Formats: sequence, structure tokens, C-alpha cells
Amino acid sequence: MLKFPIYFDNQATTPVDPRVLEAMLPYFTERFGNAASRNHRYGWEAEEAVEAARKQVADLIGANPKEIVFTSGATESDNLAIRGAVYMYREKGDHIITALTEHKAVIDTCKRLEKEGFRVTYLPVKPDGLVDLDALRDAITAKTVLITIMAANNEIGVLQPVAEIGAMAKERGVLFHTDAVQAAGKVPFDVNACNAHLASLSAHKMYGPKGVGALYVRRRQPRVLLSPIIDGGGHERGMRSGTLNVPGIVGFGKAAELCRLEMAQESARIRALRDRLNAKLHAGLDELHVNGSMEHRLPGNLNISFAYVEGESLLMGINDVAVSSGSACTSASLEPSYVLKALGTGDDLAHSSIRFGLGRFNTEEEVDYVAGKVVAVVRKLREMSPLYEMAKDGVDLAKMEWREH
Amino acid sequence: MAYSDKVVDHFNNPRNVGSLPKQDPTVGTGLVGAPECGDVMKLQVRVNPETGVIDEAKFKTFGCGSAIASSSLATEWLKGKTVDEALTIKNTDIVAELSLPPVKVHCSVLAEDAIKAAIADYQQKQQGGPSS
Repeated sequence: MLKFPIYFDNQATTPVDPRVLEAMLPYFTERFGNAASRNHRYGWEAEEAVEAARKQVADLIGANPKEIVFTSGATESDNLAIRGAVYMYREKGDHIITALTEHKAVIDTCKRLEKEGFRVTYLPVKPDGLVDLDALRDAITAKTVLITIMAANNEIGVLQPVAEIGAMAKERGVLFHTDAVQAAGKVPFDVNACNAHLASLSAHKMYGPKGVGALYVRRRQPRVLLSPIIDGGGHERGMRSGTLNVPGIVGFGKAAELCRLEMAQESARIRALRDRLNAKLHAGLDELHVNGSMEHRLPGNLNISFAYVEGESLLMGINDVAVSSGSACTSASLEPSYVLKALGTGDDLAHSSIRFGLGRFNTEEEVDYVAGKVVAVVRKLREMSPLYEMAKDGVDLAKMEWREH
Repeated sequence: MAYSDKVVDHFNNPRNVGSLPKQDPTVGTGLVGAPECGDVMKLQVRVNPETGVIDEAKFKTFGCGSAIASSSLATEWLKGKTVDEALTIKNTDIVAELSLPPVKVHCSVLAEDAIKAAIADYQQKQQGGPSS
């Protein structure tokens, strides 16, 4: 039995796994203690649970538990990593390197730092969405203190070559931060394999609860120091003050453990579902453009532009399916996705894009339903599209003079 | 975002989708918007030369649901109107009829532009001779 709307937006968030919820529940009620209370059993129980979760999260990414700092989520982790590092190492330099396709939590943090006097290089990406390693090498200067490049992109799912980037950073003595929110738990991600100094994680992208994340902070070779961005009781080795979200952290730990144990099997299953969806769409429709590399990609992500069909109308036509569009017609700016623009995708195709995000709880039956529905709606909208008609009549749309309003 | 019932109705059951022969001297064609802005409307009217009344109107639209609904509604309103009456249709009438929110007002503006462009094309053909 299909349950509507069908959820295909697992890069936005994921449902909490029932096993995760079960692990969390006692920590709302009978084990409600403050992990910083040192004088009674309530505090000890909470602290013990937090430390167990710290190990579960560390194990997922090949880290030592002491290298995990719990936060309120990946936006805070990105802010703490970037600001914390550049403030701490300001004497060494003032230059940051990132990419145009990074998450807003990274881009906007860098933009604010520019106003504070730091210099930022926003690397372009290749048409497949991957960072050009030669361009990165050329961008590193004696003043570069930090490279921040994500492990997997949230819109197009492409996997950046973090191992090569980390090796380059190590060789040049530059700190390397990676936003691993979409990658961790979905594909193998190891902080030592990629020489990361800092890595951001989020629980709710891996079937854990919202409102909890972590920052990996390397302790050895080299020991990385951060200037805290939140002051207070000195929790988390002084790097992140604030009473710990114990139930959230317990859930995060359980979610990370499940991902670690089930990743191989789960990613193969999800990849097969994603490939089935892609094949069915291509069988039913012409003029499809997959955005980003299919080879270096999260198993559950498919981002497709349906030429000559506007994304928001497509979403309206498939309103029993929960997906995201790269079109931002609802915003006053009418600006389509900056990630797709960075790939060199034309604005017209960016307006036509849909992100399908498959996850743990999706089924083959759902894929078949969604594929059938999308094919039918795209055909209907193309029948209604003046662009499709013109293209079929041989009009070169790129050479038209449009009457913009 | 939530769409009004009328927008949903026009989106699911668009009126007068299609094309009229562009070269026909009694047909006026308006093509407005741009693909990179996310909406393009093609609106066509056919005018009865005897009466000056629009007896057929067709549209094709690339755009969001509100853009499709605005152009669908415009074709409904155009049929049976004289050319002069057609030019009195205002975007605010479309906004009111479809209960468009502020971020979608531009869809109605585009529809008004499309009507004006189609009528202008028709009038130009009439002045410039039958086969221009």
C-alpha cells in the first residue's frame, strides 16, 4: 500500500528510524539528567549515554571519540569550524578557499568573514559539479589558512574528491574542513583517509533527530584548536558551551551506529532504486538532463532537468510526491539554483530541475509510481509548453529575442 | 505554497490549450516572457473580420501553476469580446479572480502583456495587409 505524499526528499531531511526513537525515549523522562551534573546518578547516566553516543558517531567516520564536539546541527558545525579556525589561526594568514556549490552555511559564513577583512576564493566547478584540483592547487597561497569543500553536495549529490583535497591541504600545511552532512552514513567517509582536520555532521540527514549535529576536530597530527563562537560553561572541551541535548545526542549515536552497520547493504539497495527511477524516466521521456556526475554521486540522489517544463508547475502536477525543485519561482528574485548555475546549466534548464532524494524507507513500488506520474505530467506540461512546440518546429530557443517582463 | 482552488482547477483542466495558424491574417499572436526567467506565454486570438469579435483564443505557457492558470483564464475571458473590450482586461482582474498571492502577481502581468501583444499583432496584420 502506498502512503501519500510519497517522500522522495531525503536530502532535505530523513525520518527518525524507529530504533533511534526507541533509544532516545528514556532520556526525555526517567533519565533526564544534565550530562554536566557531577554529583548524582541522574548526571552520571546522562554523561555515560553521551559518551557512548560520542563513540558511535566517532566510529562512523574513523575518529577518536575525543575528537567529536556535539552541536545544534550542521549549520552551527560549519560556522564553528570556519570561524573558529580562521579566528584562531589569524596570525598565519587571512585567506580561505571554498567552492561556489557549497551549502549556504559555508558560503554565507565566508561572506561575513570577507566583511571582517578575510579574503575568500570561491572555486568554480567543472560541468559535472566536481572541484577542479588544478584550480584548487593554484588558489593556495602562503596566506591560505583554510580550505572548506563539502564531501557530498546537497542538491546534486556529487561526491567531491576529498581524499585528493585533503592530501593537497596536508602537503601545503593548510587546514581542511569538509561539510560531510550528506556523505556521512551514506557512503564510506573516513577523516583519516581524507586527512580532514574538521568535518561537519548532522543527525537528521541519517535518520536521527533534528537539532543535533557534530563537528569533528582533529586532536593529533596536528592538534587543531578552535576559537569558540559560543561562550558559557565550557562544555565540549571549551569549544561549544551549552547544556548537551542528551536525548538528541543518544539518537544521533544510534543513527550513526545503524548507518555504519547497514551502509553496504543499504546503499546498494538505494542505488538500485535510484537507477530504476532514472531508467524509467529516460524510457518515458526525451530531452532529460541529469545535473552533476552520475559516477561520483550519492546513491540516493537524482537531479534531473526536464527541458521545456518549469519546475514549480511540475511539482504542482506531482503534488502527491514530496521532492524539491531547483527553480525558485516562489521567491521574489526569480533566481534559480546557484548550484546548477555554477555547473554552467542554463537558467532555463535550472528552472526545470527536480531533485529526487531516495532513502532508507523508500520502496520499488514507490519508485514505479513516481516514475509513471512524472512521465505523465511532463508529457502533459510539454503539450502546454510553447518552448517544446518551438523546439520541435526547429526554432533555436537560445537565439530567440525574448520579451522579458 | 498553497494554491487557490481556481488556480488548481485551471492547472488541472486548462482551457483552450493549443495553437492557431500564425500566418492567418485574422489571428494575432503574442509571445511574452523568457525561459531564463521561468515563464513564457504564447497567447493567440482569432478575430471575426465581420464583427470584430474574438471567436477563438488559445494559449501555451511554460511557467508555474499560477502562470498557466492566468493564461488559461485570459483565453476564457477573451472569447466573445471585441478587440477593444479585450484591451480593457487588467492584470488586477486576473489577480482578483484567481486570488493570486503577491509573489505571483507577475504571472498576471505577463498574461495582460500577452493579451496586448496578441491584439497588437492582429491590428498590425490588419493595417499591413493580409499576408504580412
